[in-house]
Amino acid sequence: MNERNSIIGKIDWVTVLLYLALVVIGWFSIFSAKYDETHPSIFDVTQVYGKQLIWIGASLLIGFVILLVDAKFFNAFSLWIYFFFLASLFVVLVYGKATKGATSWIDLGAGVKFQPSEFAKMATALALAGYLGRLDVDLQKRKNQIVAALLVLAPMALVLLQNDTGSAIVFVSFIFVLYREGFPGTGLVMVGGVTAILLFVLTLVWSQTVMYIILGSLLVLTLTYYLITKKKGIVKMLAIFACMFVFVFSVDYAFNKVLQEHQRNRILVLLGQLDDPQGVGYNVHQSKIAIGSGGFSGKGFLQGTQTKYDFVPEQHTDFIFCTVGEEGGFLGTALVVLLYVALLVKIILMAERQRSTFSRVYGYGIAGILFVHVAINIGMAIGLVPVIGIPLPFLSYGGSSMLAFTMMLAIFVKQDANRLNIL
Amino acid sequence: MRTSNNNLTNRKLLVMGIFIAIGVVYIIRLFSLQVLDKHYKQLADNNALRFVTQYPARGKVYDRNDNLLVFNEAVYDLMVVPKQIVDAARKDTLNPFDTVTFCYLLEIDKESFVERMNKAKKESYFKPSPFMTQVSKENYAHIAEMLYRFPGFYFQTRTVRHYPNAIAAHTLGDIGEISANELEKDKEGENYYRQGDYIGKSGIEKSYEKELRGVKGLKVMMVDVHNREMGSFMDGELDKEPVAGKDLYLGLDAELQAYGERLMVGKIGSIVAVEPSTGQILAFVTSPTYDPNLLVGRERGKHYKELQADPMKPLINRAISGTYPPGSTFKTVVGLIAMQSGSITPATCFHCSGQGSMPIKCTHSHGSSPDFANAIMNSCNPYFYESFKATINNPKFGNIKDGYQYWKDMTYKMGLGHKFETDIPYERSGNIPTRDYYDKMYNGQWNSVTIRSLGIGQGEVLVTPLQLCNIAAFIANEGYYYPPHLIKCFGDSTAIPEVMTTKVDPGIDPKYVRTMKKGLRTVFSGPAGTARRFELKDIPQCGKTGTAQNPHGNYHSNFIAFAPADDPKIALAVIIENGGYGATWAAPIASLMIEKYIRGYTVREDLEKRIMDGRISYKNER
Repeated sequence: MNERNSIIGKIDWVTVLLYLALVVIGWFSIFSAKYDETHPSIFDVTQVYGKQLIWIGASLLIGFVILLVDAKFFNAFSLWIYFFFLASLFVVLVYGKATKGATSWIDLGAGVKFQPSEFAKMATALALAGYLGRLDVDLQKRKNQIVAALLVLAPMALVLLQNDTGSAIVFVSFIFVLYREGFPGTGLVMVGGVTAILLFVLTLVWSQTVMYIILGSLLVLTLTYYLITKKKGIVKMLAIFACMFVFVFSVDYAFNKVLQEHQRNRILVLLGQLDDPQGVGYNVHQSKIAIGSGGFSGKGFLQGTQTKYDFVPEQHTDFIFCTVGEEGGFLGTALVVLLYVALLVKIILMAERQRSTFSRVYGYGIAGILFVHVAINIGMAIGLVPVIGIPLPFLSYGGSSMLAFTMMLAIFVKQDANRLNIL
Repeated sequence: MRTSNNNLTNRKLLVMGIFIAIGVVYIIRLFSLQVLDKHYKQLADNNALRFVTQYPARGKVYDRNDNLLVFNEAVYDLMVVPKQIVDAARKDTLNPFDTVTFCYLLEIDKESFVERMNKAKKESYFKPSPFMTQVSKENYAHIAEMLYRFPGFYFQTRTVRHYPNAIAAHTLGDIGEISANELEKDKEGENYYRQGDYIGKSGIEKSYEKELRGVKGLKVMMVDVHNREMGSFMDGELDKEPVAGKDLYLGLDAELQAYGERLMVGKIGSIVAVEPSTGQILAFVTSPTYDPNLLVGRERGKHYKELQADPMKPLINRAISGTYPPGSTFKTVVGLIAMQSGSITPATCFHCSGQGSMPIKCTHSHGSSPDFANAIMNSCNPYFYESFKATINNPKFGNIKDGYQYWKDMTYKMGLGHKFETDIPYERSGNIPTRDYYDKMYNGQWNSVTIRSLGIGQGEVLVTPLQLCNIAAFIANEGYYYPPHLIKCFGDSTAIPEVMTTKVDPGIDPKYVRTMKKGLRTVFSGPAGTARRFELKDIPQCGKTGTAQNPHGNYHSNFIAFAPADDPKIALAVIIENGGYGATWAAPIASLMIEKYIRGYTVREDLEKRIMDGRISYKNER
């Protein structure tokens, strides 16, 4: 058996098929969203749908090349790749072009724009995997913890400086990796994070006073419980409550001083505190109407009316899920959600069967990245998450994101195919 | 080691659990949104949603005496959704689109129809684009009646501005379709505007855009294939009533403004008049000007191009974007700073040898050693050069550069060299040079002789007519001013921005300003006063002429003035480009404006006629 045949035999084809299914759905949705009757061919490269096909082709080609590269390459060069993209984030900060307030593009000329932040996520997953995969690294050691945290925080900070909050949030996904690898306290951070979001939302909806009353009553109940049962840990409990009180106390300040106006408005609209179907609520309203009007089985391919009005400005990029919802109906949206969940679960299961720490960490890394993208993007389209401009993996229009997500996945499929060669 | 590793392996369960849980939550949400929610059921196959923007009436604008300056007139944009035409034709094959009748109705030919339709299709196949904009009320009525036969078309109401008096074009400004840049900027912040919306482009339309425009409303209608509105979508849950814009009252006096514009016919330049006690602008004249009604309606683009091509540049508001050497009017500033710094007193005399004076000649005839009052009345160049020199060389500053810094800071506090930034867009800063500028220019080697021209308002110093007028108001008030601004109040009596009601005190002792005021009175009343010919018996006027050298030919004729002397109601600055001596054009124009404003009418008919009919020939394009 030659090298190529052996590769084809070892590839996890289920993953590849899930990927291809999503890519094709995305391409047809972009076609439908931007359909122009004067350019009726889906292959017309003057239109975004034709361009997307070029990106898909380029992605498949690069994915194929990655499958042919020696699997050890990515481990060996993970830090180099990481620093390359870290440097390009710097370059963007200095020379980048601003789009919608975020300075995240570099113009490569000839109409090609390059968005390093899309690739920086993958590079961070690689770097983290490379670092945690080293034999001398133990996440119980303080020094190693600090380095691991810095690997994630450095690109996140640079992306934040570009004013690209959406992409920065994605780096939070590395909490899954750290949690799985036993970084102390990450489980607590995940629980604490959810609690913080809950407190934040409830404080905005109900006001601080109400929250103080609720927290106060909870505190009294807890204290009573501890005093009666005489259990230990009352000091810890008190500290937790103190934290919650301080948090609620600071919500107003954080909301008004730290967040920018458009971010505040998006949150208020989501919480129903600000009714503004023409302004900030516009996109979300339109998006919900489009998806809702799809009904159970959808209006049919190219038959959508709501999504074609350009009501939602980022119809073919960040709001591509609307087109799926309107034309594919509940059957379409449920299918897409299931495809994503299947892909994510598959990646986790594959990660767990790896022999090398590198491959496992990398698998968790990309699963986290994909998950945060999907959860935020679809959540925003159905009005469960504030409007945050990040693409839907494999579906949204855009060369950088298509290439980056494909490479990300291809590297993992390659590692997986090679897993039995690792002793 | 083994056990701990197993514990970690179990962590995959929580991670997968989270992934699956979110998936389940989203599918439940989608099920409720797409299958359970009845609202969206109304969007059956035959219905389309029509999002009709409800444009609020833009606020009206009045002058200080409640005269209407700007109001709205309704016009109607005929909108088209190309896809709905095609859809309707497919569903109702018995009644194809009747192009002939349609063209007849709109009074257009077939070519025009095709052209408009192609343009609309190019803009968007699915979303409404204007097919014919600003249809008049009369045409609207009979087209609307027949519109049920033409699916895909509907009317959207809009308003355009009208100007009953056709004055103050630059002050009132104009509105126009929002540009790509403005749209991009808006997206980052408020995210209010959409493509095709109108926005204030200049003047008060720009500075009070937010107040004037109101808030757009929205009506979401369901429309069937026969172009019939089937009622509100979701029982009007998404609808929003528009909020009308606020009315605006300006400090402008329409009559005075119109009078000023008539005086300025045939001259290039500007008149700015303010009420010293409030800083409200009474007249804001720039010449040449144009009829604001030209920049309204369908011909706006054509007229705009014509005005842009005019060599006299009527689109420029010279009152704020013309920067001129102030000439001798600047001696007021120089004199006040010299007294305040203790460098001269009103009794100080400087030697003047007239034409033979060094380093600056004097053009006037007066005694050889004038005191301050005499020097102001005669506009003695050497006196003010010496005062300037005495200020920046004053030993208390240590060296000339710090002395100059003090002097520059004082002019800045008096409102020169920077923008007021109240409510007048496109203001320019003028120029008071910095010491760094001179350091660079003269390699650090400069002294009072090098920069002597500043003492008489020449050289690098440049002011806008608005800044010059503010100097007049400052002296009229005896030591303070309110930043000049256009607004008087809002129609709903909400507060106007604080910056305009905050007194500015540059720190010049009122007793010196009173000395200056007395001096300026003699410019009209004194035997040798440069404006003595325009003295009025019953209205005591104060003023200062300026005759400014400039690179564009003949002297600019400048004048600042205020009246009545003891209780000033109006302060103004007049600059007439290439008008010659200050007393030739600027002084009589200022005096007539004062008379008109205070008396309500003028008695000097000959003077008025001479000014109104006067034409200055401008050879150079400017």
